[in-house]
Amino acid sequence: MRINKKSSIIALMLVVCMLAFGSLATAKAPVLRMATTTSTDNTGLLDYLAPILLKDTGIEIQWVSVGTGKALEYGRNGDVDVVLTHDPAAEDKFMADGAGANRRNVMYNDFVLVGPANDPAGVKGMPVTKAMATIAAKGQPLVSRADKSGTHSAELALLKKGGVKDFDKAKWYVQTGQGMLKTLNIAEERKGYALTDRGTFIKYQDTLKGKPGLVIICEGDADLLNRYSVMAVSPLKHANAKYDLALKYIDWITSSKVQKDIANFKVSGKQLFFPTAEIRSGH
Amino acid sequence: MDFIADGFIQAFKMLFAMDEETMNILLTTLRLTGVSMAGILLVGLPLGFLLGYFDFPGKRVIRTVVDTLLALPTVVIGLLVYAFISRRGPLGEWDLLFSVSGMAIGQVILGTPIVIAYTATAIEGLDSRLRLTLMTLGASGAKLALTSLWEARYLVLVAALTAFGRIIGEVGSAMMLGGNIKWHTRTITTAITLETGKGDFALGIALGVILILISLLLNISLSFLRRRTQN
Repeated sequence: MRINKKSSIIALMLVVCMLAFGSLATAKAPVLRMATTTSTDNTGLLDYLAPILLKDTGIEIQWVSVGTGKALEYGRNGDVDVVLTHDPAAEDKFMADGAGANRRNVMYNDFVLVGPANDPAGVKGMPVTKAMATIAAKGQPLVSRADKSGTHSAELALLKKGGVKDFDKAKWYVQTGQGMLKTLNIAEERKGYALTDRGTFIKYQDTLKGKPGLVIICEGDADLLNRYSVMAVSPLKHANAKYDLALKYIDWITSSKVQKDIANFKVSGKQLFFPTAEIRSGH
Repeated sequence: MDFIADGFIQAFKMLFAMDEETMNILLTTLRLTGVSMAGILLVGLPLGFLLGYFDFPGKRVIRTVVDTLLALPTVVIGLLVYAFISRRGPLGEWDLLFSVSGMAIGQVILGTPIVIAYTATAIEGLDSRLRLTLMTLGASGAKLALTSLWEARYLVLVAALTAFGRIIGEVGSAMMLGGNIKWHTRTITTAITLETGKGDFALGIALGVILILISLLLNISLSFLRRRTQN
């Protein structure tokens, strides 16, 4: 009997191992790994595009959504094959360092400054830089992602342009270190202002389902344009990056068909992203 | 407050409708814990046996190290494993980052010390006459180990279940090593983190309910086993 019990333990362990390792060996379509910003993921754009990509090219895309800074870092480490980000200055540096290849414009949307509906700082309709300076002067909470994302870079540039200094330790400057939707939720809880891309904000409102939350305080400035580009991870730096798949993906997302698909992507009936692939990157 | 009630209602609807995304997250979690538990037991049981059964110089030091590893924070494990399996790291060639296998490495490191420590204690607690009896009967090596483990089976199972409980509820290293990729490496805990951040509570609560059910089941079986050992 003892032998039977022992062999049953061994058998059980074998079964566990077989289950575990068998599940690892599943046949797959070629997989392209992308690092991208929370805005493209949170809005649902990538969920919308992924099946189209699979159908058009047979490529399965897997993405990690983090701030632009971290996305570019994953690109530098070679942990992904392609990046889709929205921070022109950081992308210039990425390209200049030889970390990326074949950079192309993909789309744009715009940033908006959002805040509580009763606008405690009284900045509604001001130019965005003046609005941010006023919020700072009045010590109203300004909730920042503070995560080196594209939105964070844009916010820092606007604060600089508005002449706001020494905000890092200021009580009114709330640094979340998290993604855009999280930061919007924190801003709502703290009754604060926040800079966000319009796409994520529409998604945020869509999630609220008509309940009161943050509203748009400033929009439409030239300072608020938000450009997205796509770059392949340089095959010179990382020989094992899937450069050919990345190029296929870049050709695909900048093709006129997919650009139309991007324009057709809507949340609550609103267009979130505007195609720009026909405009060559100016660098 | 209605969003909480809404969340629960939607959660149960999703559970009963076998919502595809929820099911995928659940399966990924089970697959991950399956791979991890296999690794944990394969490494932890033999080492635990050796540590509990034999006396050797430095045993106390090793025991202290293992006990310290029990308290290793999951994000530290995530960080270390990330450094190793990033394409820039020494194991970069293996393409482990952002995959279930990569996450499993972190969890094996997390769970193995638990199994080693508990198994060693269980083996130490065995009647010392057992060893002599077994040796008289001519048992040796693997046979000796298996028989001893069998005698300590309930405590060993408790060790395994404790490790399982730790890894299934873990979010820090799962997030760092898996990247929370939808349909691939999104597990119950990373999905809850994501959904809470988005302010989308239904899926989060649905998954929370599943996690609580699993913990409950685990606890029931644990106390059942404890009672059997005591008798």
